[in-house]
Amino acid sequence: MKHLITHLARQREALLALVIVLLTCAVGLRAPLFISASSLHNLLTDSTLLIMLALAQMFVIITRGIDLSVASNLALSGMMAALLAAKMPTLPVPVIILVAVSIGLVLGLLNGWLIGYLELPPIVVTLGTMSVYRGLVFVLSGGAWVSSHHMPPAFIAFPLSQFLGMTHLVWIALGVIVLTWYMARYTRYGRDLYAIGNAPTSARYVGINSAQRLLMVYAFSGAMAGLCGYLWVARYAVAYSEIAYGFEFTVIAACVIGGVSIAGGAGTVTGAVLGGLFLAVINNALPIIKVSPFWQSALTGLVILSAVIINARSNRKAGRQILPLHLPTRSAA
Amino acid sequence: MSSTTTADSPPVLRLSGISKRFHGIVALNNVSLCVRAGEVMALIGENGAGKSTLVKTLTGIYQPDDGAIELAGQPVSFGSPQAAMDAGVTAVHQETVMFDELTVAENIYIGRQPRHGFPPRINWPLIEAEAEKLFARLEVSLPVRTKVKDLSVAQRHFVEIARALSQQARVVIMDEPTASLSRHEIHELYRIVGQLKASGTAVIFISHKFDEIFAVADSYTVLRDGCFVAAGSLAEIDEARLVSLMVGRNIAQVFPKVERQAGAPLLEVANFCHPSEFDDVSFTVRQGEILGFYGLVGAGRSEVMQALFGLTPAARGTVKLNGQRIHVSSASEAIAHGIAYVPEDRQHQGAHLSLPIVHNVTLPILPGIGFFLGGRGGAETAIARRYCEQLELKASHFGQHVSELSGGNQQKVVLAKWLATAPKVIILDEPTKGIDIGSKAAVHRFISELVGQGLSVILVSSELPEVLGMADRIVVMHQGRIQRTFSRQEATPENVVAAASGAGHTEKDAA
Repeated sequence: MKHLITHLARQREALLALVIVLLTCAVGLRAPLFISASSLHNLLTDSTLLIMLALAQMFVIITRGIDLSVASNLALSGMMAALLAAKMPTLPVPVIILVAVSIGLVLGLLNGWLIGYLELPPIVVTLGTMSVYRGLVFVLSGGAWVSSHHMPPAFIAFPLSQFLGMTHLVWIALGVIVLTWYMARYTRYGRDLYAIGNAPTSARYVGINSAQRLLMVYAFSGAMAGLCGYLWVARYAVAYSEIAYGFEFTVIAACVIGGVSIAGGAGTVTGAVLGGLFLAVINNALPIIKVSPFWQSALTGLVILSAVIINARSNRKAGRQILPLHLPTRSAA
Repeated sequence: MSSTTTADSPPVLRLSGISKRFHGIVALNNVSLCVRAGEVMALIGENGAGKSTLVKTLTGIYQPDDGAIELAGQPVSFGSPQAAMDAGVTAVHQETVMFDELTVAENIYIGRQPRHGFPPRINWPLIEAEAEKLFARLEVSLPVRTKVKDLSVAQRHFVEIARALSQQARVVIMDEPTASLSRHEIHELYRIVGQLKASGTAVIFISHKFDEIFAVADSYTVLRDGCFVAAGSLAEIDEARLVSLMVGRNIAQVFPKVERQAGAPLLEVANFCHPSEFDDVSFTVRQGEILGFYGLVGAGRSEVMQALFGLTPAARGTVKLNGQRIHVSSASEAIAHGIAYVPEDRQHQGAHLSLPIVHNVTLPILPGIGFFLGGRGGAETAIARRYCEQLELKASHFGQHVSELSGGNQQKVVLAKWLATAPKVIILDEPTKGIDIGSKAAVHRFISELVGQGLSVILVSSELPEVLGMADRIVVMHQGRIQRTFSRQEATPENVVAAASGAGHTEKDAA
């Protein structure tokens, strides 16, 4: 049993991909509509925000940190983007996006400064900013909704408009996946993050400026939340203070399911993407086969626990092989 | 400086008048030293003498408050570890600087990976090829794509040395590099030090072991209490004189062994087996006896002890205490039976560094002191005082956090903690590893007192003099099996080492 789990852990990405395919097919058998091209495209579109946020969160978790403020940051930048678009309907969409990303970036920089330079614990800092940012959404909007008729049509249309047969959302997510894969594998910055997560003190000894790297990793997470803030508000054509409430946990769950180690130092882009896809499939498939939403939550939880158990098993040091291997082990005592 | 180093080459690195204070406490006071190209200099001093602070100052982790560093005649100052590395001063640290999830090759080049192309990206093929060249130069075979978490301690050291080489280091500092290496690996390390030397690199070698110092170093510099004490050529000094320079007084390296008649068998272990770690281990500990366990690192000694203490569920075999068969499947059961285990790795397994001394000592016996928090403080302090005084613990007060103590004093806290459980058998796993001579002597004296009080001690140690000096009988393990058991009279350094390396007759010859 132990060997089986260890083996599974090694191939976890392939396994997760297989589970996603099997799950999709199984649901497709019950409800053929689910595996139609348009339905799958919807599924992809639905998963994009989660995947993008999970990728940014992955880097944070790799450094032994956590960013609980992403959903509040998303809500705040989304709300500000919506208010701006409502005030100045003629602003082109790229400017709006730029503004949303910048707001998210600034909010993320604040986290990063507190964590990197003041060396405060990430969980406490982002728990605090989570509440602050969420509170600011309320303050800014006065509790009122910004609904579709306040927003310019171009603002709303952008995320779901199609380019070469796929929505802008999917294209943006693809861009983010390529960017993060490149960062994680081919930049010193990305490798430094792994080094920091593996051994923070050692990272200092080899000359890695941890404070600056941490500042940037939270800034990146914030900027991603800003981007997703606009996309979220535009896609659902509504902004209100409870937007994406509790979504930070879904994001973290996607990372954990994808094999990003909460202890830091390990995690791959493929894993985080698959983790996000998996949750999207669950959330889209279960209503189709008429599983109650209460069960959805419980099932997601079970999946997270299984992922954590697999992680723990694979990280556990196996007993050292001290006895020479060629000797027959005396099994009877 | 009145150094009498025989080498004529100019000094590569010269420190003069280095001082460093932390919150008013002087860690380094006007320290000077000088090391030449192709010279191996032993930096010697008790724990707390300032060696580590000096290394950190040299590698840019700390900045000195006063004094000057000269590299090849040029004044330098290292504002960061990066600056020191760029200048060619690198350290192989006591706790290896390693990133477990990264590969061997990446560990060598982390933070300065070569890049190519546009957009610039890390040149993985080059990194791996260069790493392979480095290991070829060191004549060490290591697969460069292995993750470091799968390497042994010695292999990790080699990765660090390869890292130093890759930086064209002019000065390599080795901070107790042999602390957890086996004899064979130590020789491998000596060979590599020799290569560094031959290539004109200056090596600063920090060690507590004099045989190593004399085997590998040319000159020495002694620190005591943060001050420079003496420097010179090792050819002109002997061990006794070095020890007295270190401690400032003459300590005779004799073991406080009290000859006594061992009593009845107390703990009998028979046919103790584990699927992968040890096989058919049988031994007996008598009342008031010190049973030494010697072997190379990784021979399975600690594994046997951990199993005996109930930490390894997979172990099988019979264990008898006072003739009664006992079943130990958890540490708390072991404690209840009167077995105490003081682990090797005190930072991770033994002491709770962020707790005060008093709570560390009383942790395993809290249920016995009483349930109500209010009434406990006095009793706790009394218990802590009793054992800490016995051990000559140096601390300002019992509320002091263990993390603030020196290594030797941390070890004493761990010992005190287990004594407080009133054990019948106490297993000491490398009790003096990495602690200074003064603390070592205190621990040895204390072990003698323990057996004097009728306790039995299992002493797991990789230090041959310690085992030979302290133990009544010596069990030697090799590759998870007992190779031989010696009485005190039979044991000589030669036959014990021979048994540990697998020679000599095997008690159970397996073909």
